[in-house]
Amino acid sequence: MPSADLPSGEPMIVFDGVEKRFGDNVVLSELNFTVAPGEHVCLIGPSGSGKTTILRLLMTLEKVDRGSISVGGKSLSHMEKGGKLVPADDKHCREVRKHIGMVFQQFNLFPNMTVRGNLIEAPTRVLGLSKEEATARAQELLDLVGLGDRMDAHPTQLSGGQQRVAIARALAMRPDVLLLDEVTSALDPELVAGVLKLLRDIGSTTDITFLCVTHEMGFARDFSDRVMMFDGGRVIEDAAPEKLFTEPGHERTQAFLQAVVER
Amino acid sequence: MENFGTFLSVLSQGLPETLIATIGGIVLTIVLSFGAGLALLSPSRTVRVIARVYVEGLRGTSEVVQLFWIYFALPVLVGFQLVPIWAGILVLGLNHGAYGAEIVRGAVQSVPRAQVEGAIALSLSPAQRMRRVILPQAVVEMIPPFNNLFIQLLKSTALLSFVSVNEITRQAQQVLVPRFNAQAFQIFLLLLVMYLILALVITAVMRTLERLAAARVGRRPSVRARQQAATGAGVA
Repeated sequence: MPSADLPSGEPMIVFDGVEKRFGDNVVLSELNFTVAPGEHVCLIGPSGSGKTTILRLLMTLEKVDRGSISVGGKSLSHMEKGGKLVPADDKHCREVRKHIGMVFQQFNLFPNMTVRGNLIEAPTRVLGLSKEEATARAQELLDLVGLGDRMDAHPTQLSGGQQRVAIARALAMRPDVLLLDEVTSALDPELVAGVLKLLRDIGSTTDITFLCVTHEMGFARDFSDRVMMFDGGRVIEDAAPEKLFTEPGHERTQAFLQAVVER
Repeated sequence: MENFGTFLSVLSQGLPETLIATIGGIVLTIVLSFGAGLALLSPSRTVRVIARVYVEGLRGTSEVVQLFWIYFALPVLVGFQLVPIWAGILVLGLNHGAYGAEIVRGAVQSVPRAQVEGAIALSLSPAQRMRRVILPQAVVEMIPPFNNLFIQLLKSTALLSFVSVNEITRQAQQVLVPRFNAQAFQIFLLLLVMYLILALVITAVMRTLERLAAARVGRRPSVRARQQAATGAGVA
């Protein structure tokens, strides 16, 4: 666990002058922020404002164009080679990434494996757990997400439970940082509240650092320690939820919140 | 039909060679298809170029000429004569493997990007991602076009008569027709039926595999894959 070898007071996540472009389109520019260990941060803002890109950069699904990112005190974008900093290779990324989990909007469960397979694949192959250890852990996590009896089900048979399994799968890797990318956006309306409650429970019983992109303002409000409002690839407001939701300091935050509430 | 028993028994004497060439050719095709198909997706440019040269070179030249070249020209160059049936299997495999490589490449690329990202988020290595997540899903898509390819390969075994492999076409042409010239129509009709039956056996095996593979990924065979098999798209 890098939180153990992280000197106290050091941030868990650091974005330092990060820029990301897709062609001529600048998605993130000069982005600087830090997240403390165990902190819960929600990213809100209009579509296309760059929120999801931040999670994808942390998962190394995208590469930074400028600036650097570090997680748990280790650089994610660069590595040391012969005393010089060079862009990180796949192996280095995997090493740092091991401590980061991600839950996707569309679950991304593997359809060629049962629930058990989905839950034990990475713990056995990446963390080197035995099948028995990994299965025991999988059972605990399935119990936690309320699907204890679905170990041998197929992901497609889990009407509504897929995102819960995806959450359990991410937790099986014992992440220090968990990235949640609009995890309730693809769910049927009656399932949303249950998944959000599960996330609140996990948030309050673990010391995992959370970074969530969400359109659920109620969740952002009571789950997070801090909310960052994005617009046009920049953080335009970064405040505690009580402050941001009741007296937004920026007119665009105000307009955005108004629009979301009226929906 | 007069002499039917004779026709059937003489043609059947060619069956072992036809079957060996077909099965050997299919095995080599599968190996080369996966090897070259994955090489076409390699991050290394050199590997991709080598695979591309193989695919275009073998797909773009005549099978008969390839066979003549390996059987008649190669011995002159290297002083080593391949046994006819092996030369045949080699050409069938090399040629159909070139088509198969594109099937493998296309199927791997058709697996949604989200699956790769799910695997990355679990820190699986590139090899683990391919072997454990991508290929098992891609194989389902590969089976219908491979069914087409294997049937084509079966029919191509007739070319081996050019290098004096005693398969069923050669039995008809060299043994039966000279003796029963007036019945050439019936002889070749029987030959057609034999190829048809073998092709149906291949299809039955592949359909079973497709059902099994699809069940493993929790779905019925995709509509697109079935249409491809029906129209012959995806082979050439």
